[in-house]
Amino acid sequence: MSFLEVKNLDIEYLTRKETIKASQNVSFNLDRGEILGIVGESGSGKSTVANAIINLIDKPGKIIGGSIKLDDIECSNNEKILQNIRGKKIGFIFQDPQTSLNPLFKIKDQLVETIQTHLKLNYKEAEKKSIDLLREVGIENPEKRINEYPHQFSGGMRQRVVIALAISCEPDLIIADEPTTSLDVSIQHQILKLLKNLTVKRNLAVMIITHDMGVIAETTNRVIVMRYGKIVEQGKTTEILSNPQSNECKSLVMSVPPTNKKINRFKLLNPEGGETSDTSLNLTNSIIKNWAVRELSHEKLLDFKNITKIFDEQSIIRSIKENNKLKALDNVSFEIFEGESFGLVGESGSGKSTIAKIITSLVKPTNGQVFFEDLSLHDPKNKIIKNKYRGQIQMIFQDPYSSLNPRFKVKDIIAEPIKFFQKGINQNSIKNNVNDLIDIVGMTRESLDRYPHEFSGGQRQRISIARALATRPRLLICDEPTSALDVSIQAQVLNLLKDLQDQLNLTILFISHDLPVVRQMCNRIAVLKNGQICEITETEKLFNTPTHDYTKELLNLMPKIESII
Amino acid sequence: MISKAITKVFDNDIGYSFLKSKIAIISTIVFFIILFCSIFAELVAPYNPFDPMNISLMDAFTPPVWVEGGTLNFFLGTDQQGRDMLSTMIYGARISLIVGFASIIFAMILGVFLGVTSGYLGGRYEIIVMRITDVQLTIPSILMALLVDGIARGFISKSLHNEMSIYVLILAIGISEWPQFARVTRAATLVEKNKEYISASRIIGLSNLVIMFKHILPNILRPVLVIATIGLALAIITESTLSFLGVGVPPTTPSLGTLIRFGNNFLFSGEWWITFFPAIFLVVLALSINLLGDWMRDTLNPKLKTR
Amino acid sequence: MTNYFFKRLIQSVIVMIVVAFVSFSLFNFVGDPVHNMVGQEASTEKRAEIREKLGLNDPVYTQFIRFIGNAAKGEFGISYQLRRPVSELISERLPATLELVFISALIAIISGVVLGVYTGINREGFLSNLILIISLFGVSLPTFVIGILFIYLFSVILGILPSFGRGEVVDLGFWRTGFLTLSGIKALILPSVTLSLFQMTYIIRLVRAEMMEILQTDYIKFAHARGIEKRTINFKHALKNGLIPVITITGINIGTLIAFSIITETVFQWPGMGFLFINAVHFVDIPIMSAYLIMVAFIFVMINFLVDIAYYFIDPRIRIKEELASK
Repeated sequence: MSFLEVKNLDIEYLTRKETIKASQNVSFNLDRGEILGIVGESGSGKSTVANAIINLIDKPGKIIGGSIKLDDIECSNNEKILQNIRGKKIGFIFQDPQTSLNPLFKIKDQLVETIQTHLKLNYKEAEKKSIDLLREVGIENPEKRINEYPHQFSGGMRQRVVIALAISCEPDLIIADEPTTSLDVSIQHQILKLLKNLTVKRNLAVMIITHDMGVIAETTNRVIVMRYGKIVEQGKTTEILSNPQSNECKSLVMSVPPTNKKINRFKLLNPEGGETSDTSLNLTNSIIKNWAVRELSHEKLLDFKNITKIFDEQSIIRSIKENNKLKALDNVSFEIFEGESFGLVGESGSGKSTIAKIITSLVKPTNGQVFFEDLSLHDPKNKIIKNKYRGQIQMIFQDPYSSLNPRFKVKDIIAEPIKFFQKGINQNSIKNNVNDLIDIVGMTRESLDRYPHEFSGGQRQRISIARALATRPRLLICDEPTSALDVSIQAQVLNLLKDLQDQLNLTILFISHDLPVVRQMCNRIAVLKNGQICEITETEKLFNTPTHDYTKELLNLMPKIESII
Repeated sequence: MISKAITKVFDNDIGYSFLKSKIAIISTIVFFIILFCSIFAELVAPYNPFDPMNISLMDAFTPPVWVEGGTLNFFLGTDQQGRDMLSTMIYGARISLIVGFASIIFAMILGVFLGVTSGYLGGRYEIIVMRITDVQLTIPSILMALLVDGIARGFISKSLHNEMSIYVLILAIGISEWPQFARVTRAATLVEKNKEYISASRIIGLSNLVIMFKHILPNILRPVLVIATIGLALAIITESTLSFLGVGVPPTTPSLGTLIRFGNNFLFSGEWWITFFPAIFLVVLALSINLLGDWMRDTLNPKLKTR
Repeated sequence: MTNYFFKRLIQSVIVMIVVAFVSFSLFNFVGDPVHNMVGQEASTEKRAEIREKLGLNDPVYTQFIRFIGNAAKGEFGISYQLRRPVSELISERLPATLELVFISALIAIISGVVLGVYTGINREGFLSNLILIISLFGVSLPTFVIGILFIYLFSVILGILPSFGRGEVVDLGFWRTGFLTLSGIKALILPSVTLSLFQMTYIIRLVRAEMMEILQTDYIKFAHARGIEKRTINFKHALKNGLIPVITITGINIGTLIAFSIITETVFQWPGMGFLFINAVHFVDIPIMSAYLIMVAFIFVMINFLVDIAYYFIDPRIRIKEELASK
C-alpha cells in the first residue's frame, strides 16, 4: 500500500457551452522518499489533478469519480477530512512566489500562524521553530529576516519562504505546482536541490508538476506524462526519457533541445508515428522572386558600440539620488555580421531585453552608439534616413498573448507594416503580399479573416513572424520567442525560424535564457550578466571550452537530459 | 445578413450573459421606453403642458384618476397650474436626458482624451494631468458643478441667464465628471502600453497619434462603457439635484428635479401627487440605467471569475 | 518618515494656495464688488472712495497677500445679501453642519463596511442579494428624494419626527450643540440617515468588490492550502488587505458628505453651512461663496493629509519604500 493512491480520478468542468473533461481515469501511486514528476503541456490537466488532491479545484470544476487515498484514508471530495489534512499532512507549493505571500503580514506572523493552526505550540516555541525552518531552507540570518515583509525578499528567497511554510507542520506529502517556472536558472537549481534534500532528510513523498523536461530529468525518480487529461505513459524517469513508448511521449522527448550537440533541425513526429524533419515552409518560386532574396555579403551589419543605459525614475522635481537609478547596460559592445545567427544569453535582469529595445529604437542609450550598416541609429540628424531603415530591423516577442492586437483581424495585423512602408500601394498588391506571408509561416489562408484569440500560442507566434517579415527586414530580433510555448510547439517554431533564415538569408539576433535552445539556433553567442558582457565566442567553443566563470556556472546548472539517459 | 449579425452578437459570452439576466433585459427595455417617449414627447404625451392655450387654472390640483375627484383626462392628476402630470413628466424627462447625455459625452471625450494621452505619453504632462485629476476627484461632483455654475452666473448677465442655463449646466456637470474617465482610461492605457503589440507598432514606426487612437483606444473601451453608463445615471441625478436646489435648468423648461421642487411645496397640504410621480419617474430612470451599468460591470470585468 | 510627511505637507499647502487664488479671483473679478456693496444709486465719488478704502487700486499680488492674510484670520468681508460679516455667519452655522456630517459619517462607514464585508464573503445567499438590491436603490435615489420621502413618512403621516430645524440647542460658547437635548437628537435623526444613505450604499459596493477580488488572490489560496480556517482567512487575511482602499474612501467620503449636506440641509432647512451656501449661489453673494470654498478646501486637504498618514502606518510597503528612498 502506497502512501498516496489515486485511482480512476475523473474531473470535469461544467461551462455553459460544454463539459470539459479535465482528467480522465487518472491512476498513480506515490511513496515516501520518492519524487514523482507529472509532466505535460498546457491544458494536460496536471495542475487540476494536484489541486484535486487537496480539494481546491477552481470552480466550476468538480471531482466526479475515482478515489484519492492518503495513508489508506479515503479523502476525495471530503472537505471535513481535508480541512485537517491540509498543511498538516500535505504541504502545497504554488508557482508564483510573488503572489503567494500576503504582503501585509510579516514572515514571522505567517509562519507562526500556520504552525499554531496545526501544532500545539505556544508563541515562543512557534517562533523558534519558524527561525529553524528558515535556516533549514537556506535563508541566512533568519533571526533578523523573520521580522521582514514579503516584498523585502527576492524571488528565489520568497520561494524558500513558501517552502518553509509548506513544511512547517511536518507534512508527509509535498505537492509543488511549477515551483521553479518563474525563477532564473541558477535559482531554479538551488530550489530543486533544496527539495531533493528535504525529501531525503524528512522522508517525504514529493510530487512535482511541471512542463519543463529539464526539471524532470534532474529531480524526479518516476514520472507521469499527461496529455488532454489522460495519462499517456508512466514509469521510471530514466526509462521514459531514454525509451519512450507512446507517440505523445516520443514527440515530447524529441522536442527537447539537446545540450551536448548541435542538430540541424528538431525532429518532429508525423501523424503516422515516424520521425521527420520536414519543414513547414512552402516557398514557391513566386515568393522567392517577390522577396528578391539578397545575396549574402557577410559584412558587418550591426555594430553595438560601448552602449551604457541608465534608467531613472521620473518626478516633477528631479532628484539627484543615485539610488533611484538603474544601470541596465554597462559599456556593452558586440558586432553582428550579415547572414549569421547571433545569440544573446543571460538571466532576467541581465539587460538582454534592453539591448533589443535600443536596437529597435524603443529606448535611447545613455552613452554609446549603434550603427546599422554605418548609419548611426540614434543620431537625431539622421531622422529621415533613419525612418527608411526602420523596416530593415524587426522583432518578434516573447508573449504570444500580448503581441497581437486583439481587435485587429490577422490580415490587418500583417498588412499594417506593408501599408506604412509602401504608401500608395494598391489593395491587390497588399493582398498578395499578405497571402505570401501567411503561406511562408505555414498557416492557412482562412486564418487571415480571424481574430488572434482564436489561435493557440504557437500559431500566434507564426502570425507575429509573418508581421515581422512583412517589411522584408534584414535583421530579425527574436526576444525569447519560444519561452512561453510548450516544448513540442517550440520545436516547430524554431524549425520554422531556421528555415526562414536559410531561405531568405536573414540575419538573426536570438535572445534567450535557455542555453540548449541557443546552442541549436546560433553560430556565435554573447553571455550577459548584470548589464555586462562576460564573453563572446562561437557556439561550440562556448559549450566545450568556456572561459568566463559565469559561463561555466551557467553550463553547470543547465539541466542535461542526456546525462540520465 | 441581419440575422447572421444578430446571432453573432448573442452567440458570444456577453450576449449570452445578457439574455440570461432578466434584470438586464427588463431595465434595458424600461430605459428605451423612457428614451423613446422623451424623444417623441410631442407625439406621446397627451398634452403639451407648455402651451398656454392648453392650460386652464380651473384644472389645477386635480388628483390622479383613482382618487376621488380624478378624471380620465388627467390620468395622473394636474399640478398647481393645471398642467397634466403625465405630460410634464415626459417633457421633464426629456430635459433630464438631454442634460445627462450631453454632459456625459462631454466628460467622456475630455476624460478619455486626457487619460489616453497622459497614460501613453507620460512625462511631465502625465504628472500634471494626474495631479489635476487627483485633486478634482477629491471634490464631489455636486460641489464642482455648483462652483462652475456659480462662477458662470457671475460672468453672464442676468438677461442671458435663462438661455445659457442649460449649456452652463452641461458644462458644469461635464467638468465634474471627466476625472473618472481620465483615471480609468489612463490605468487601462498603462496596461496596454506595456503589451508587446504596441512595441511592435512602435518598431514599425507608427506615429504616437495612430498608436493611441487606432491601437490602444479600441482595447480600452470596455471599462469606459461601464463608467459612461453609471456616469449617465449620476449625471441625471446631479442635474435633478441642482434643479431641485434651484440652480439647475430654468423654470421655463423644467426637468424632473424642477418638478419635484415645485411639488414639494404642496406635500404638506395634501396634493402629494405633484411631487410623488416625478420622483418615482426619476428613480425608475436612474434605477434602470444603474442596473444596466451594474450588469455591464459584472460581465465585462475579467478579474471576477464566473460561476 | 518625516520626509514623507513633509512632502505631503508641501503638497497640501500648494493646493490651499491654488484654492485661495481661485477664491480670490472670484472675489475680485466676478462682478463688481463695489457695485454689489452700495448698489446703483451711489455717486462716482462715493464709489472711488470705497474703492480706495477696500484697497482695490493696489496691484494684484498685494491684494492677494492681503486676502490670504485676512482668510487666515477668518475675515472674509461682509455678505452682500445678509449684510453681516461672513465670519460670524460661518461660526454660527459650522457646528450644525459638522455635527450632521459626523453622525452621518459614522452611520455610513460602520454599516457600509459591515454590510460590504458580509456580502463580499457570502456572495450568494438571500440576505446578500437583498442587501445588494437595496444598495442599488440607494444609488439610484437622489438624496433629496430620500429626504422628501422621509419627511412625508415620518413627519406628515406618522408625525413622530420633526421635518425641519435643529430642535433645541445648547450653547457652549463657541459651539452650539444639538447632541444634548432630546429634541436636538430627534431633529438629527432624519437628516443624518438621509445624508448617510447614498454614501453607505457606495461603501457597501466598494467593500464588496474589494473583498471578492482579494478572496481570489494567490495568497488567500495558499492560506487555504496551509489549512488555515476559513473564518481566520476571511476576517484576518482578507479584511486587512481589503481595508486599505476603504481608508482612502473614508477620506473622500467625508468630503462628499460635506458636499451632500448642502442638499440635506436644504430639504430639512437645517441651519448649516450648506444652506447658507446655496442661498449665496442664488444671490451671487460672492463673499460667502469664496469663504465657503476656502473652508471646504481646507477640510478636504486636512482629511487627505490624515489619510496619507494613516496609509503610512497601515501599509508596510509604503513605509519601507519611503525608508529606503530616504537613505
